[in-house]
Amino acid sequence: MALSEQARSRLDPQAEQIIGRYPQSRSALLPLLHLVQAEQGYVSEEGIKYCAEQLSLSEAEVTAVVSFYTMYKRRPVGDYHVGVCTNALCAVMGGDAIFADLQRHLSIGNDETTADGKVSLEHLECNAACDYAPVMMVNWEFFDNMTPDSARDLVDDLRSGAQVTPTRGAARLCTWREASTILAGFPDGQAETGHTAGHATLAGLRIAKEHGWTPPPAEGDER
Amino acid sequence: MTSVLTPELTARWDEPDSFTLAAYRRAGGYRALPKALGMNPDQVIQLMKDSVLRGRGGAGFPTGVKWGFIPQGDGKPHYLVLNADESEPGACKDMPTMLASPQALVEGIIIACYAIRADKAFIYIRGEVLHVIRRVQHAIAEAHAAGYLGTDILGSGYDLDIVVHAGAGAYICGEETALLDSLEGYRGQPRLKPPFPAIAGLYACPTVVNNVESIASVPAIVAGGADWFAAIGTEKSKGYGIFSLSGHVTTPGQYEAPLGTTLRELLEAAGGIRAGHRLKFWTPGGSSTPLFTDEHLDVPLDYESVARAGSMLGTRSIQLFDETTCVVRVALRWIEFYQHESCGKCTPCREGSYWVVQLLDQLERGQGSESDLDKLLDICDNITGRAFCALGDSIQAPVGSSIKYFRDEYLEHLRQGGCPFDPAASTLFAMESAR
Repeated sequence: MALSEQARSRLDPQAEQIIGRYPQSRSALLPLLHLVQAEQGYVSEEGIKYCAEQLSLSEAEVTAVVSFYTMYKRRPVGDYHVGVCTNALCAVMGGDAIFADLQRHLSIGNDETTADGKVSLEHLECNAACDYAPVMMVNWEFFDNMTPDSARDLVDDLRSGAQVTPTRGAARLCTWREASTILAGFPDGQAETGHTAGHATLAGLRIAKEHGWTPPPAEGDER
Repeated sequence: MTSVLTPELTARWDEPDSFTLAAYRRAGGYRALPKALGMNPDQVIQLMKDSVLRGRGGAGFPTGVKWGFIPQGDGKPHYLVLNADESEPGACKDMPTMLASPQALVEGIIIACYAIRADKAFIYIRGEVLHVIRRVQHAIAEAHAAGYLGTDILGSGYDLDIVVHAGAGAYICGEETALLDSLEGYRGQPRLKPPFPAIAGLYACPTVVNNVESIASVPAIVAGGADWFAAIGTEKSKGYGIFSLSGHVTTPGQYEAPLGTTLRELLEAAGGIRAGHRLKFWTPGGSSTPLFTDEHLDVPLDYESVARAGSMLGTRSIQLFDETTCVVRVALRWIEFYQHESCGKCTPCREGSYWVVQLLDQLERGQGSESDLDKLLDICDNITGRAFCALGDSIQAPVGSSIKYFRDEYLEHLRQGGCPFDPAASTLFAMESAR
């Protein structure tokens, strides 16, 4: 997919800003790849060429980086990219059942997209939310303590355009391309929305408060 | 009364706006910074050495000592790089920390950078956590606006900028030198050490790479004093840390407790293993640490005691599995993970992980023979210590320990010609429907 002149004029100032963050320009490659993924929904040959031009690299050097990282997609994914953790603990807690069920329900396999282009499916490795297992991600927002039923409802809502809210994430669920923009370092203004800590996050604090447990006080520390 | 749990970093997480600068200040935040800026940088390093805070990212290297390795007066730029790439299976403490108290991290970064004389810091966050990234971006913007970042911080003449850098999906980038390669815009492959990052790190300049929890602990240590922190915990494992309980436990979650606390104590606080079941095996510090069983409930969870008992404290990522769980299936899944995440640089890890997966996969389906167990151990022996980084070594942890404690369960697969367990019985929904 070619990058239009319009697209380039949108990307150029953002690319310049990204490169300006780093003492050495090549460090900008990962965020630039997130940026071209935001523009096109995936990292195309044109996207690779664009990054190479920005950083005076060869297309081969950029391609070698793209192929190393799982978040860069080489073909279009859905507006909502759905991940199911099937690492050991989530798998045991139900991730395997959820992933098998979603493949049947959506009639797609791993790394495939529904015909309407709304939802793509991928099994994930650990996403650092084990206390909420089994965990799913939609466009890299947390959906905690999932079951086959709640997972089916979730993808149905994503396909029908119904309101979907992450368990621990922003109030409004981003599209795949909007999410990539944030990863490139351009916030969407939703940082102050949504939840801060879920039930499991607060488990120890809650139990400590019930028992009156605290760290020993520090001398002279007024906190 | 002794406090089993000691919420310090987690103490304000139940306030809905705890992530904001206003809430952090309300709770006493940003009082450590002027104190640190009023000290000589070397005094700050000494304070951290005296506290004996050991790195909370798994290896347990003393943070202050690491800072002290940075050469001074060398004329090169110095960097602090935050390892926020939490992705060890079982580890889930840094993400809630950054969601709920990113300002503690920012204040810790400023103090650390002042101590090591760095004027630029990078936070390398795994890409797959959108809201965490938003919160950290927001915290930095708020700190800038309040004069805690930028030029002449609090009138001290000290300047600092922080860049948030989102990763793109690669567990190996949690290894500090792979992280540096990734941050430089390359494939994330580990470097041969030495030179260590303190001498030749980011852009070949002196660099400290620290874990999120380590740096987020710095403000409380500077405010409370090294003696206060060092009085908590055990003789060689000082202070408190977040223990993450997950799996078949009544109340999974984050439990901040002194190092040296036992799983028995943590489980008592957390309501025990899920109702009607008993503990079968667990990881003390993530999937890279050898399994423990119910024999190890009273092992003090500090670096030395866990090592003596044959495992590693790692990231205090306690994954609990009850008697419904097939240990062969769990070991297979972890090795499939290492196979997927091996960066491919070193042959023993790249090829060995595939061999181990093939053998475990057969065994789980009840195929193969008893001699395959010895073959597995032999392959693991030939991977361990023969690769640039610890990822290859991690393959041995679940394989060796599961065969050691559950050899007969492997053999039962062979006798039955398949897995003797019902996977449905282990699920969260089985728990819910039984309630």
